[in-house]
Amino acid sequence: MIAPQLRVTAVSKAFGGVLAVDQVSFDLEAGKVNSIIGPNGAGKTTLLNLLTGVYAPSAGNVVFEGADVTGLAPHLLAARGMARTFQNLQIFFNMSALENVMVGRHLRERAGWFAALLRSRRLTAGERESRDEAAELMRFVGLGDYLGAEADAMPYGALKRLEIARALGGRPKLLLLDEPAAGLNQTETQAINALIVRLADSGVTVVLVEHNMRLVMGVSDHIVVLDYGRKLCEGTAERVRNDPKVIEAYLGSAELAQC
Amino acid sequence: MDWRTPRTGGLALLAAVILVLPLALINNYWYEVAILVGINAIVCVGLNLLIGYAGQISLGHAGFFGLGAYGSAILTARYGWPPVAALAATTAGVAVLALVVGRPILKLKGHYLAMATLGMGIIISIVVVTEDGLTGGPDGMSVPAFTLFGLGLAGERAWYWVVGAALLGAVWMALNLIESPAGRALRALHGSEVGAQVSGIDATRAKVGIFVISAVFASLAGSMTAHYSGFITPGKVGFFHSIELVTMVVFGGMASTFGAVIGAATLTLLPQLLTVLKEYEMVVFGAVMVATMVFLPRGFLPSLVLELKKKKQK
Repeated sequence: MIAPQLRVTAVSKAFGGVLAVDQVSFDLEAGKVNSIIGPNGAGKTTLLNLLTGVYAPSAGNVVFEGADVTGLAPHLLAARGMARTFQNLQIFFNMSALENVMVGRHLRERAGWFAALLRSRRLTAGERESRDEAAELMRFVGLGDYLGAEADAMPYGALKRLEIARALGGRPKLLLLDEPAAGLNQTETQAINALIVRLADSGVTVVLVEHNMRLVMGVSDHIVVLDYGRKLCEGTAERVRNDPKVIEAYLGSAELAQC
Repeated sequence: MDWRTPRTGGLALLAAVILVLPLALINNYWYEVAILVGINAIVCVGLNLLIGYAGQISLGHAGFFGLGAYGSAILTARYGWPPVAALAATTAGVAVLALVVGRPILKLKGHYLAMATLGMGIIISIVVVTEDGLTGGPDGMSVPAFTLFGLGLAGERAWYWVVGAALLGAVWMALNLIESPAGRALRALHGSEVGAQVSGIDATRAKVGIFVISAVFASLAGSMTAHYSGFITPGKVGFFHSIELVTMVVFGGMASTFGAVIGAATLTLLPQLLTVLKEYEMVVFGAVMVATMVFLPRGFLPSLVLELKKKKQK
């Protein structure tokens, strides 16, 4: 058996007296689509924040590609190849769409202060390359029509894709998507679904935090189910769907039966 | 080359204004006013990078301006350093100080950062006033003229061109910076700090970097003022000058380099023009400020650009 790309061991996070994430452990294999699901308030987003360094865990540890990365700052995790999107958009609304994606390339750019102030020739060349690659990424996620748009003039569905394009700018090995389909209609959801499959095919490990059962069941190789901050079960879609604990946790168990 | 972009068209326009302006400067008094505008504009262009683009407030930038002025003054007048060496040493000293102070205080946000920078400015101001053996205290001190390779720089007309060139350089560098990876990182931090961090941006490093750069702009402007006016007092180091500088940036329009220049020019000129109103001067000045913020909430230049864009779309 190959070593997992991400190993999460007994990770917990307490906010005051509330245990938002309680001793959660799981392994993620490289190149797969993995999903973290659970009812509202199950701790999905908190867990994602722990994995990406936005919060530091109260206990437990996270090992990414063989190195202990527990509590590392988000920009250091990004440098190791982690990227993410947000449920509540964290778009740079003061910039153009293209510039948003260019920021995603930050780690691969020449970011020196002096070169920037004096606009060195190498910097100009790098800028052209950055612009081209950002445009390419925007086309890849289906935002070809928005190459000249300002971020604050784009519709919600397009902004969700813009965050994915920005995350891809760093050429991540592990991409964590926090509810990419939330607030999207049926057609948009299907398009996101197709995009996730394409991403996984290109070799990126995808971690999907989702509410939308239909999306999760369709694309996931591996599913981790959370409830009240604890791991309820994990496994393939088939296994999770038939687990009585999971069906019980979802009061709207009819929703599961449907898919 | 596209002349409509700020980096080409805007710079060319600014250069043209600087070149043509002397035709309208009828006497030395107006030259003095123009130089003062230029000096304030240099500080504001730097400060706007910090406040307007990176979204980090500083209520203590007059302190850096003052350190630049007093550093050059003390090293040349008290220790007989050549002005160029004094300028270089002072600038380097201010950069190091901004780096050391910036690291802890830029971890603060919003009102807390405002308080910390305010405190820093007040401490610098107090040191300048109380160390009267070095600084002359509240009475101020005189500063030798600027010399380079034995050539002296004196008179309003000569300084006009020096300050004009320095302003052009400052604007050019600011425009370069905001359209570079480092500049995008700053704007990203302003847009969403967590979004920037997960994109690989080291927030502390970026904020401290721009804090140092804006402090250096202020320090250089301070050194120039000291040599140009030949006499400095603690007035320009204090809290009120810091507030004045922030007001200029906000008035001209945050996140707009030319807005910062316009803000500095307007708020430097307005009091001069309003002197005819005698005791009502400050009332009218205040009314103009309030009216601007009510009717042009984004500041002068960005509001104007937005209006023009709307007209064009119709």
